[in-house]
Amino acid sequence: MDVNKEFTAQTWPDHPEQATLEGKNKFVGFWLFLACEIVLFASLFATYLALKNRGPASMGEEFTTQSLFELPLVFAMTMVLLTSSLTSVYAIYHMKNHNFKGTQTWMGITVILGAVFLALEIYEFNHYVHLGFHYTHSAFSSAFYTLVGTHGAHVLLGLCWITSLIIRNNKRGLNLYNAPKYYVAALYWHFIDVVWVFIFTVVYLMGAM
Amino acid sequence: MSSIAKKTGFGATVWDYITTVDHKKIGVMYLLAGTFFFVLGGIEALLMRIQLMRPNNDFVSAGFFNELMTMHGTTMIFLAAMPLLFGFMNAVVPLQIGARDVAFPFLNSLGFWLFFFGGVFLNLSWFLGGAPDAGWTSYASLSLYSEGHGIDFYVLGLQISGAGTLISGINFLVTIINMRAPGMTYMRMPLFTWTTFVASALILFAFPPLTIGLALMLFDRMFGANFFDHTMGGNTIIWEHLFWIFGHPEVYILVLPAFGLFSEIFATFSRKRLFGYSSMVFATILIGFLGFMVWAHHMFTVGLGATANAIFAVATMAIAVPTGMKVFNWLLTMWGGSIKVTVPMLYALGFIPSFVAGGVTGVMQAAAPLDYQLHDSYFIVAHFHYVIVGGIVLALFGSAHYYWPLMFNQMLDERLGKVTFWFFFVGFHCTFFVQHFLGLMGMPRRVATYGAEQGLDTFNLISTIGAALMAIGVLMLVINVVKTAIKNEKVGRDPWGDGRTLEWAIPQPVPFYNFRQTPLVRGLDTYWIEKQEGNEEGMTYAEPLGDIHMPNNSILPFIMTIGLFIASFGALYNMDADKPWSIFLLIGGLSILFACMFARSFKDDHGYHVHVEDILAEEERLYGKKGGNN
Ligand code: HEM
Ligand SMILES: [Cu+2]
Repeated sequence: MDVNKEFTAQTWPDHPEQATLEGKNKFVGFWLFLACEIVLFASLFATYLALKNRGPASMGEEFTTQSLFELPLVFAMTMVLLTSSLTSVYAIYHMKNHNFKGTQTWMGITVILGAVFLALEIYEFNHYVHLGFHYTHSAFSSAFYTLVGTHGAHVLLGLCWITSLIIRNNKRGLNLYNAPKYYVAALYWHFIDVVWVFIFTVVYLMGAM
Repeated sequence: MSSIAKKTGFGATVWDYITTVDHKKIGVMYLLAGTFFFVLGGIEALLMRIQLMRPNNDFVSAGFFNELMTMHGTTMIFLAAMPLLFGFMNAVVPLQIGARDVAFPFLNSLGFWLFFFGGVFLNLSWFLGGAPDAGWTSYASLSLYSEGHGIDFYVLGLQISGAGTLISGINFLVTIINMRAPGMTYMRMPLFTWTTFVASALILFAFPPLTIGLALMLFDRMFGANFFDHTMGGNTIIWEHLFWIFGHPEVYILVLPAFGLFSEIFATFSRKRLFGYSSMVFATILIGFLGFMVWAHHMFTVGLGATANAIFAVATMAIAVPTGMKVFNWLLTMWGGSIKVTVPMLYALGFIPSFVAGGVTGVMQAAAPLDYQLHDSYFIVAHFHYVIVGGIVLALFGSAHYYWPLMFNQMLDERLGKVTFWFFFVGFHCTFFVQHFLGLMGMPRRVATYGAEQGLDTFNLISTIGAALMAIGVLMLVINVVKTAIKNEKVGRDPWGDGRTLEWAIPQPVPFYNFRQTPLVRGLDTYWIEKQEGNEEGMTYAEPLGDIHMPNNSILPFIMTIGLFIASFGALYNMDADKPWSIFLLIGGLSILFACMFARSFKDDHGYHVHVEDILAEEERLYGKKGGNN
């Protein structure tokens, strides 16, 4: 099938992301990649749990999960990121209905929300560092920044990726070549969101308790 | 664009290989690079054996010995065994399932270059201030305090080549899931395809913990993080867990494809269907699954507690069950078969007793109380060489003979091959059998020398003599390859005469698009079925002759890898305060990498079509007027 063929909403297939062999490969390959990412984050979570609140013998109560974290800010971040997952669902909904403008718009909104999340995270980290909770402060600080920071790096990568998708395809509309790309980008975004839900629960909620 | 108009000349050939996305050529490159590293690791081993030949020897210094044994292990596992297996997977699996290429040809090329430059990076440490010296396991309690940049070379080098492995693993999974020819159901897949499939799944789940472990190690050394530093609240055991959660599945990543290769060889040369095919598949999956449940048997002496040790001991012993199933299936494949003892079959026959011996010592070590005696002694060294050399290396050598005609359309010399086998096989047992006793007599592993009064001299001398025999064997194999290349005698399709699976049904040399028409698979051992029915074509086709869609070549994977390679040097030297220029290397290298990724996503790559008249012209060029199927 010619991937550059023009479609209308009527001729557009039900599963455009899997209508070509290349699309199908991308689809399966990306799910497998996410499986590998899950193990990656699982390793980081395990390390974090082992090192939570651990530090040099001189470390006081000041920098423990109970006294450090500020849940209202983190809750706001969670809401922003969850919403961005929803907006990416809208984008894919429009993609499946061959409504390119809707796809682009909602993807754009997703990027904006992601950027807000990232800004809040940078603010949060900056705040901790100013309190003296540096990366090298303790085993706990290293584990915390590495786990949450890896997630943040994923968000940043997702932002760059989706932004370049939006720019690259802006002039040409949807076809069977870029439909799988939008689809897996959205999938990646959901994954980032799910990881954050775990971070919110395991690091922040369980930490503040 | 058509790739049929071929340029010739050395430069053009090099360019062709650097840019290729053809799985057959990538397979050849894996084979070449893997052999290079295998020889390198072998030389390191020989140096160690010379040092241990007699007591109180000072052939190498203790520090250099540590570097040798670290680099030997790391090279052999990551840079020799895995890539050589990947070579066969690339060369064979797409043909076995009736595919024209892998699912992601671009990533396939990227995976190869990442592995290769990761390996080169690691080995450059020899010339740039010293190799890593904390063992291939690089336990944090040693490696954090290792002087110089050796450990950084280890961490960054394995990170790069590990990324390549992960990419290849995903690629093979998707290839096998999506690209099978019509009729090739899962339960008709040849066993090498099955074991590649399961091994790739293991890669998918086992490599991320290694990636994380290496990253944490890097952060500890580079940014002053405290993951493994107990004075700062860190915990050195975390590294051991992460490493072995990767490390044990890794040994099955290696041995499962070896099982697959031997399964092909046994069936072919017993001229019989593989006995218990479905139980073989089941055992493969079960081993893959259990492989993740046993990592702590490497940590019995760490002090995890009796309960943990007991659980991991039982889980470890359980793996012997599916492994035993496989051994019996191979034996019963031969039972009543009409056996032809070719060189590949000879290796297969040698494999069974050798590997079983390694499995038995494995079960012994799995008994946690006994392992307190055996751990970190030469007994362990004997065990893992019995499974790795007796399993994997024998499989690699046997398959080199078996698949040589498929990859190069030439047959390695059978007589020389048999002599090679005996040198290698006898040398192998001579080297490692006595090491069991050295271990029981109390010789610790990873020591640079031992005392004259310890009574260890004789066995160590025998072991060194065995190593020399193995080296002669390897040398003879290389001579065989050169001799065969010079003789350059073409053999054509199905040179063993007993090929059973699809890869043997393709005319030789294999055209770049593999199958002119996609085949229809009519059962397990589909080529055998066609031959039994007297089908001269060797295949039933699932489609009429038509245009073939093929992927474009690309130089980007190579440039991306170079970028990462440069950036790694930047990162490494950035740890030294007196090398401010390193930051430019880091930024420059990463810019190259990202520029390539950008170019890749902004420039569409749709591949191209080979038209019917081009296919016919190519077939005439390859096979002359009569066509390739006779
Ligand atoms: C029935 C199967 C097997 C069992 C029960 C088994 C058991 C064990 C145990 C308990 C150890 C730890 C010994 C110690 O350090 O104290 C060990 C080490 C090792 N095994 Fe196995 N094993 C089996 C098969 C294999 C296979 C198939 C391979 C490779 C292809 C392999 C490679 C290794 C390696 C490389 C080590 C040593 C790692 C190191 O400390 O550097 N084993 N095995
Ligand atoms: Cu193990």
